[in-house]
Amino acid sequence: MTKQVKQLDRVIIRFAGDSGDGMQLTGDRFTAETAAFGNDLSTLPDFPAEIRAPAGTLHGVSSFQVHFADHDILTPGDKPDVLVAMNPAALRANVADLEPGATVIVDSHDFSTRNLTRAGYADNPLEDDSLDNFAVHQVDLTALTVEAVKEFGLSRKDSARAKNMFALGLVSWMYGRPTESTVEFLQTRFASKTELRDANITAFRTGWNFGETTEAFAVSYEIKPAVMRPGRYRNITGNLALAYGIIAAGQRSGLSVFLGSYPITPASDILHELSKHKRFGVTTFQAEDEISGIGAALGASFGGALGVTTTSGPGVALKSETIGLAVMLELPLLICDIQRGGPSTGLPTKTEQSDLLQAMFGRNGEAPVPIIAPRSPSDCFDAALEAVRIAVTYRTPVMLLSDGYLGNGSEPWRLPEVTELPDIEPAFATAGAEPFLPYARDPETLARPWAVPGTAGLEHRIGGLEKADRTGDISYDPANHDLMVRTRQAKVDRVAASIGPLEVDDPGSEHGQRARILVLGWGSTYGPIGAAVRRARRDGISVAQAHLRHLNPFPSDLGEVLRRYDRVVVPEMNLGQLALLIRAKYLVDVVGYNKVRGLPFGAAELADVIQGVAAELPAREG
Amino acid sequence: MTSIDLPTPDLRSDGLAGVPSTETPQTRKDFASDQEVRWCPGCGDYAVLAAVQGFLPELGLRRENIVFISGIGCAARFPYYLDTFGLHSIHGRAPTIATGLAVTRPDLSVWVVTGDGDALSIGGNHLIHALRRNVNMTILLFNNRIYGLTKGQYSPTSETGKVTKSTPMGSVDTPFNPISLALGAEATFVARTIDSDRVHLTSVLREAAAHRGSSLVEIYQNCPIFNDGAFDALKGGGREAAIIPLVHGEPITFGSEGEHGLRRDARTGAIDVVEVAELGAESLLVHDAHTDDPSLAFALSRLTDAGRINRAPVGIFRQVERPTYDDLARQQVTTARQTSGEGDLGALLSGRDTWTVA
Repeated sequence: MTKQVKQLDRVIIRFAGDSGDGMQLTGDRFTAETAAFGNDLSTLPDFPAEIRAPAGTLHGVSSFQVHFADHDILTPGDKPDVLVAMNPAALRANVADLEPGATVIVDSHDFSTRNLTRAGYADNPLEDDSLDNFAVHQVDLTALTVEAVKEFGLSRKDSARAKNMFALGLVSWMYGRPTESTVEFLQTRFASKTELRDANITAFRTGWNFGETTEAFAVSYEIKPAVMRPGRYRNITGNLALAYGIIAAGQRSGLSVFLGSYPITPASDILHELSKHKRFGVTTFQAEDEISGIGAALGASFGGALGVTTTSGPGVALKSETIGLAVMLELPLLICDIQRGGPSTGLPTKTEQSDLLQAMFGRNGEAPVPIIAPRSPSDCFDAALEAVRIAVTYRTPVMLLSDGYLGNGSEPWRLPEVTELPDIEPAFATAGAEPFLPYARDPETLARPWAVPGTAGLEHRIGGLEKADRTGDISYDPANHDLMVRTRQAKVDRVAASIGPLEVDDPGSEHGQRARILVLGWGSTYGPIGAAVRRARRDGISVAQAHLRHLNPFPSDLGEVLRRYDRVVVPEMNLGQLALLIRAKYLVDVVGYNKVRGLPFGAAELADVIQGVAAELPAREG
Repeated sequence: MTSIDLPTPDLRSDGLAGVPSTETPQTRKDFASDQEVRWCPGCGDYAVLAAVQGFLPELGLRRENIVFISGIGCAARFPYYLDTFGLHSIHGRAPTIATGLAVTRPDLSVWVVTGDGDALSIGGNHLIHALRRNVNMTILLFNNRIYGLTKGQYSPTSETGKVTKSTPMGSVDTPFNPISLALGAEATFVARTIDSDRVHLTSVLREAAAHRGSSLVEIYQNCPIFNDGAFDALKGGGREAAIIPLVHGEPITFGSEGEHGLRRDARTGAIDVVEVAELGAESLLVHDAHTDDPSLAFALSRLTDAGRINRAPVGIFRQVERPTYDDLARQQVTTARQTSGEGDLGALLSGRDTWTVA
């Protein structure tokens, strides 16, 4: 039969199932196919902290959302157009996010009374009218998969486990995804287990053919490749981009990279990744605890390596004392905090940006630390290079604040030319004619010399006790302490001189029609804010957007920018941490929009916020 | 999960291999910094400092390739007084900093100076992990069985019942035996010496520096202010009956005439003190610090008094070879480069799946 092909400009698909159903893998593969096809895309994995929560329960549901389009997009999307639900719990946990008219593909196999009860359904939603607003495709994915792979002699359990590939094949057909990369992937992944390899490939192809032949699926869709800036692209997650950024920083500075780290969600992938790249001179040390991870990194920095530690909020709490020591020692050190829901253990697998004030102030004494935040998954690469530039140039620990959404989310990345990446100059100290002064300073940056052991004539002692200016000897002198506290602050403040003015996206400003509302964000809210601003502009609202990469120090012109606008809206996935800093520093009464649901903002939600602020603006005077 | 047999590293047994030496003769003065030493008069730390400054020239290493790292406490001021590279860090964390430095800089001789509170209380976790990893460093644990810098609280090595400012009715804590702890943590070199016995202290430092891997040297050190006389039984008259000297390959005897000896119970493995005259020299325990099985060293460590010290074995309990963490970690980097070549950043960033937009 001839099937209809419909053109769409964008689609949001969410794959949802039990944590053992392989939904993350399914989403990853669909993403890779989509990237290969040339759509712009953005992804949002969402999974429970439990490795294998009790099967069939709501808290065991794991999902992966992918948004892809024929144009440039900024977020993984608010409301899925298509939900693939592998069991009743996955359906129940996600159905509330669907708009009427959405497509639901559901594995009808597991809708037994027992499973329905476990998911909290009193009645079978496939049999009552609760799904009437949606285009529901009930497919017994499990039975079809088991039947398709029976020739490989697998156990029933192993056969059924290939159902995620069946689902992937079906959805790949619906959206005309290229399949080669998934087949190759399965060949490599199961190279040593041929029967699993063949079963998975067969399930995948059967799913595709099922879509093509069954009458239930009458329509397939075409989403043309996006028009993107010329160049070579790949898909990349934030944690991978961050790991690559660290390796690149090592290469561009000529420093060997030493990572001291303790496993923690959602940062562990960076440790895993860096441990694979020893041939770049990267050494990874899985420490006995968070404190040891940063201690070893600082020791490596003292020895002239690029010391790095990766963690999440609870780990930063444990590292705080060592960060303070690094402030005192004035040595380069990179601390990457992949933020998650807090406080305490909080929501390990959910995203939040509530460690800003911890990064800013979470140490005893006056212990200023530069703070950098990437704004998208691929931006983690550039942010890492920038953080290392500051750490090495200014001889200071630097905090990089990513988060779970950036770390696990992915997007296409236009590959940089390696030769065009910034150079980072360690400029190690060498012995001169004068006696060595470990706390003498560069007049421009206020950085002290990085004098590594093994350099004759530079033998010196440093530590956490207050130092005398220039000599670095222990000093309890009141005036000296005051001077040193102010000097360490001034050094961090000087970083602002090395960063450009804040980029403000205010399309009207060129024609003297500056917007009256500025939406200011930092970190991973860039995508949702950008998408919301576009929507608001489509609705005729004049609104500007600016996004902070440098949180400490702020760009020099930030105060001036803020004062140009009647309203400054600051959406944050916390209770107003940037807003607090902005108010304190600039006395600008920003309008906060704050949510801590463990999920990124939706574009529509933020567009409503902008609309609300615009509606309440008093008429322009004069 | 799988595990693999690691390739045998280019096993080096010299703790100082790779550290550049100097032809210029050095003296004790070369290692004295310009800083005024500020320990209390009569502190055992002076004796240890003098012994270390006197010993370092013997190694003939370039001064700039020696690094002393400390935590917090009285002993932790040690690096300031040595004209080498030094890092006075934070409480209990010196082994972590030393680990990062030792892994990345095989050309350095790395020393950790710590105390009983620093190493065994706040930093206990780091100490045991440094020892089990066998990172090439020498850890000098100054044990005065008291908190000095905070003015006299009991420490994790203080005897039960100790009356201090924080334990007016006597401490109810059971103390650590640092030697037993180190042995339990898989340490490859474990020794004990005494601040006042410079010859013995120096001989232990010599062996510890030469050992490749983590060397733990417990130094009994007197605090004249808060715990004066804690080791008096091991000093002055009568010390021959209190110190059980451990010398590899020699039968263990002590007492002014060597009249006491040790015998190992074949059934329980425990060690008893016996009279040499009664049992005969041939049945005495012969010290073997090199045996792979740590149970003998552990049994010896248990002869240390847990309460007031009236008797303690002194010397090298254990000295065995095992690949070091830092050698193995560096070898993995070397192997990765040899088998796959130096990393190509462009190829790494591209990965396997790219597409081109014209």
